[in-house]
Amino acid sequence: MVFFFQNLVNALQWGSFYALIALGYSMVYGILMLFNFAHGDIFMVGAYIGFGVATGLVALASMGALALPTWLILVLTIIITMFLTSLVGMMVERVAYRPLREAPRASAAITGLMVGIILETGNLALLGARRVRFPTLIESTTYDIGGVFVTNKKIMIVVVSLLLMLALDQFVRRTKWGMAMRAMAFDYAIVPLMGVPINTIAALTFAVGSGLAAAAGILFGVAYPVLDPYMGIVFGWKAFVAAILGGRGSILGATLAGFLLGFIEIFVAMIFPSTLRDLIAYSIILLILTFRPHGFFGEPYSARLRL
Amino acid sequence: MNKRLTIVLLLILSTWVIAPAALCGKDTIKIGINAPMTGDIPKVGEGTKFAARMWLSDIKAAGGLKVGGKLYQVELVIEDNESKAESAVKVNIKMITEDEVLVIVGPQASKQAVPAGDVANNYRTAMITPWSTNPDTTKDRPYVFRGCFLDPFQGPVLANFITEEFRFKKAAVLYDVASDYPKGLAEFFKKAWEGLHGKGSVVAFESFTTKDPDFSSQLTKIKRSGAEVLFTPQYYNEVALIVQQAHELGWNKPIVGSDSWGSAETVQLCGKECFGLFFSAHYAAAGATGATKAFIDRYKKEHGYVPDDVAALTWDSLLIVQEAIQACGAITGNLDKDRRCVRDALARIKKFDGITGQMTFTEDGDPIKCVVIVKISDKGEYEFYKSVCP
Repeated sequence: MVFFFQNLVNALQWGSFYALIALGYSMVYGILMLFNFAHGDIFMVGAYIGFGVATGLVALASMGALALPTWLILVLTIIITMFLTSLVGMMVERVAYRPLREAPRASAAITGLMVGIILETGNLALLGARRVRFPTLIESTTYDIGGVFVTNKKIMIVVVSLLLMLALDQFVRRTKWGMAMRAMAFDYAIVPLMGVPINTIAALTFAVGSGLAAAAGILFGVAYPVLDPYMGIVFGWKAFVAAILGGRGSILGATLAGFLLGFIEIFVAMIFPSTLRDLIAYSIILLILTFRPHGFFGEPYSARLRL
Repeated sequence: MNKRLTIVLLLILSTWVIAPAALCGKDTIKIGINAPMTGDIPKVGEGTKFAARMWLSDIKAAGGLKVGGKLYQVELVIEDNESKAESAVKVNIKMITEDEVLVIVGPQASKQAVPAGDVANNYRTAMITPWSTNPDTTKDRPYVFRGCFLDPFQGPVLANFITEEFRFKKAAVLYDVASDYPKGLAEFFKKAWEGLHGKGSVVAFESFTTKDPDFSSQLTKIKRSGAEVLFTPQYYNEVALIVQQAHELGWNKPIVGSDSWGSAETVQLCGKECFGLFFSAHYAAAGATGATKAFIDRYKKEHGYVPDDVAALTWDSLLIVQEAIQACGAITGNLDKDRRCVRDALARIKKFDGITGQMTFTEDGDPIKCVVIVKISDKGEYEFYKSVCP
């Protein structure tokens, strides 16, 4: 039983990353009908910006210029990084997707792959190939709860992820911008005719998605403090799977699917030899998609899909 | 029109400039360096490059490399294999066919050295890998050599060390199933451990694939298995993550590593978590004497940190190559003939006294040398703990 709960805790942390990244995929896909394959790399950029911001703040604090407790540094890092990465996301939209808005969807998808490669190699050129260590912002404390080991970091990661998802849900449901996004997701062609500025909404969608990816990047840095320029690729693929599994544009769907993916991966490794982890995990997901091709909360018809 | 004419003129001019240089190429000896400058283990590539440049500056200071009474200029062709197997193969083919190198030093990790060795052997160009410990790299390949001990030796040494040091009977292994070196060494360790403690004494044999950052489910399984020690033959970037996650899951028993831990960046990435752990290495920098100390001091002065195993082994390998080229007697300019000559000379070297210890070469081009067990001190330095010789 202890073994089961330990894996449950592990899966909650692992699933948080998938869920946060999947949300960005799902929003862009839901609202703009676009596969943003650069999203995994935006996650990587977020982690690196977070690394820069955190290192800077820690340096300032240690010099005595800013008397900040480390938890406040972490909060500031998350806010500043989310903002900066949102700008990167908006830039990607402006440079790579807006000019191709009328182009075939496949071209836009390919553009995403290229932006991803540019971000990876750009990082390589800028910082070199060496690994960087994300600064320790919270000292790890391990709690032993009846044999289940939980760290303060794990709790923080899960709580912050859930808070961000809740905030996103409120934003989309309660605000005017959110309403415009939902309308756009409902009909991509007609809504701009009603006076909703498509360019603004597209930029906003990218900004929100990138901000979430940035938050995921920082939390990743806290949990797995070794960063490398290619860390976003596999994460991007798997989060993409979660986004599709959740259903087009569904916030709840992407969240649940992200966590589900984390659970499947962890529990498959728990029961079967770990060598077969991804093989079995993704066979299960293939099976789910066979029976629910639109994902958990996707719409049952796809007449409007322009792919 | 004018522009086109200028271009044509420039082209003609440039052939005049380049052609004599190509003709003079006979007096230059080219040595290829196949190293992971980017990718998963860039620090390994950096150490390789720095050691190679230091060697080259020595040669330059002497006015060139003296072969059979004649001085030759030496040129290093340093190429990046991105720590990918397929890129290492491409780099070798390019260096052999386009750059026309005489001999190749590298690649370092077995994942690249095993396939790249095949290329070198097929193209009949001698290759010496400083750091690849997997037996397949040189097996049945007369043109491939190495500068380090082998995993069939390292695995049992570690199994014996853990048994003697801690008196443990149950071990767990965590390794990357997609990479030649960790996979090979994990299996050699398992075999040796089960030889000592009977079948089933490796209570958990868990794996992951390259680039996985999360090992929580594997480590949870290992913890439950009742293992007394965790052996993980991984590279420096993964060591930091594995050790930290193990501790966070409440693992407070020893974690033991292999020679892949011996990077200058291991402690930098891992921090306090790694203090007090043991791993096997090719040499221990702290407390070194003689030529080894001279090398360490010089490297540290030039590059600001203590050279790791890879740098020291690369240095040794280049000196072995130098000895072989000089033993050749003459460079004829006929590449096929010279390459064969270097390979024969390499095969004739029976003993070599390097900065990583004495080596005696076997028939297959593999050195017999000692394994050093290193302890990471409370200051993060690699301290000599004991040495095990065959």
